[in-house]
Amino acid sequence: MHLVLFLIFALFALAGAANLLLQKHPINSALSLIVVMSSLAVLYLLLGAEFLAMAQVIVYAGAIMVLFTFVVMLLNEGREEKTWGSRAARTVGFPAVVVLLATLAAAILRAGRHYGMVSLSDGITTTQDLSKVLFRDLLLPFELTSVLILIAILGAVALARKDDGNA
Amino acid sequence: MNTPVPADWYLLLSAALFTLGVIGFLIKRSLITVFMSIELMLNAVNLSFVTFAHEWHAVKGQIFVFFVMMVAAAEAAVGLAIIISIFRVRGTLTVDQIDRMKL
Repeated sequence: MHLVLFLIFALFALAGAANLLLQKHPINSALSLIVVMSSLAVLYLLLGAEFLAMAQVIVYAGAIMVLFTFVVMLLNEGREEKTWGSRAARTVGFPAVVVLLATLAAAILRAGRHYGMVSLSDGITTTQDLSKVLFRDLLLPFELTSVLILIAILGAVALARKDDGNA
Repeated sequence: MNTPVPADWYLLLSAALFTLGVIGFLIKRSLITVFMSIELMLNAVNLSFVTFAHEWHAVKGQIFVFFVMMVAAAEAAVGLAIIISIFRVRGTLTVDQIDRMKL
């Protein structure tokens, strides 16, 4: 069961990521990124991270991707055109990327025999376990993120505001 | 029935998603799609964090993913605001045409 679920949603994630690259219009890329993020939420559930699965759906697939699709539709930028830059990136970038993937895969496979198996009966990390660490040991970093988000909101409003001279 | 999955499969999936994100970062020419590729890379790294948290029964790994999500939300808000103001000044989002710091 775990194996089947893993294979299905890993395939969804990979297909969505590949579709993100193949699509020419940004809105199609944004929608396939939502597919990737939702299937990652299911994979988090399989790994027993129930709170992160929900946060992934709400924060990533919800808030961030709505922001993305909103900006794509607001700017109404059409299909992207091929330029010399993309051809240069193809010729130089692809060998480098193949080397990167080979290095990562080799490192993971070499270390992999020390890792255990993941199974559905492993139990979950409950939200209670998570909040005990978050609100006791890591309270200060958690509060600092709220300041960070506040600053980011102010920065976003200041940047995106229409500059009509009397700023 | 309950077939377990090796933990390194999750890590390999994470590596593959990260690599796809790097490819997108390199070959996409629309600024907003490049930004989406960065989000894809962040998600791939989050998956490996959760896998290691499960592997070593460490809650701190999941806390780290939580913080990455918060920072990614802040980053997306500011980044998209920058993209909007770039589009307002330049009228395009093609990265090859946005190559000057001056207006």
